[in-house]
Amino acid sequence: MTGLVAIGSFAAGMLGALTGLGGGMIIVPMLTLVFGVDIRYAIGASLISVIATSSGAAAAYVREGYTNIRIGMFLEVATTLGALGGAYIAGLISTSAIAVIFSLVLAYSAYRSFQPREEHSIDGPPDKWATRLRMDGTYPTAEGMQPYTVHAVPTGFSLMFLAGILSGLLGIGSGAVKVLAMDQAMRLPFKVSTTTSNFMIGVTAAASAGVYLHRGYIDPVLAFPVMLGVLAGALTGARVLAGAKVRALRTIFTVVIVFLAVEMAYKGLRGGI
Amino acid sequence: MSEPLWRTGRWSDEHVELFVGNLLRWGVIIAAAVTVVGGALFLSLHGGRIADYHVFHGQPDALKSVSNVVANALRFQPEAVIQLGLLLLIATPIARVALSLLAFVKQHDRTYIVVTAIVLGLLLYSLTGAGA
Repeated sequence: MTGLVAIGSFAAGMLGALTGLGGGMIIVPMLTLVFGVDIRYAIGASLISVIATSSGAAAAYVREGYTNIRIGMFLEVATTLGALGGAYIAGLISTSAIAVIFSLVLAYSAYRSFQPREEHSIDGPPDKWATRLRMDGTYPTAEGMQPYTVHAVPTGFSLMFLAGILSGLLGIGSGAVKVLAMDQAMRLPFKVSTTTSNFMIGVTAAASAGVYLHRGYIDPVLAFPVMLGVLAGALTGARVLAGAKVRALRTIFTVVIVFLAVEMAYKGLRGGI
Repeated sequence: MSEPLWRTGRWSDEHVELFVGNLLRWGVIIAAAVTVVGGALFLSLHGGRIADYHVFHGQPDALKSVSNVVANALRFQPEAVIQLGLLLLIATPIARVALSLLAFVKQHDRTYIVVTAIVLGLLLYSLTGAGA
């Protein structure tokens, strides 16, 4: 079983990287639907893989100088609080309810990943919170350092709290909600929001991983092939993404993801999970 | 690896970020290596044990707290060695936050010292099981 889980996790990590959904969104349905793993073990293993992917990618991102550590740290207050809350909720509600919520978030994330990301204009007056918290920054572009301003900090903060709850409840990185908060609400440049979101994903997952560890949800024998598989898959996926035409691939993957979401909702409602 | 920050005494954002990049890379590599050792140890003893994950029964206490995991890993108990690798992985983003706190302290940035201390406090609260 360990070998099969490792191969499946490699595929999940690659799929997560290629679709931009993240490994957690694929690994939890794979473990529960294909391998029949209890969703609590699946979420524990997924959280570990989310941290591995985030730290692995961040090591590369950090050198490029896009990550805004002040924005990230400020929003971390919301995501870590949310993650602890989500991990507690996970212990209170039924596994069927978790499966249904998971399928809804999966469907929403797949939908979001197909929406074109529009770069917002970066002019206009900044939010008063952004000024007080000195969040405005610069990032390197082809034409040199480009300044940007930050908007709608309270909205972004609230969305991040939601992202944290979902992360702690479902064992995912909640990349879709984080990007929504930073792209749409706070209107950060893509490169800044993508890398800052990645930084936050690892910290958020670490916040709920502690709670899951103490609850006995993290099984080492299941988590180790998942973690190594997803990490290798994500790194491979990032390489493929750099060179390939991904439009057609993404269409095929979206069909797979919609199928997973429907199957998970169906089994959840029938009480099969 | 670049010059350690405490030796150069330069705590600009760029220097900190460069150091953080190395910290994350080595954190993931070391965590993965420990996990691989534990996994190999486990497989050599148990082979392809057909594990039952259909029914949830939780982990034994030996694998549920930081101190127990470390103690059992030092006795080369395979599951505990894997769990130690996973704990090291959980520790990498926490170390990154701790390093950011140190950088904000050096920069005398009061607002962000408070913000970062809150985040670090929440992470340690979760990891030590104070709320479990």
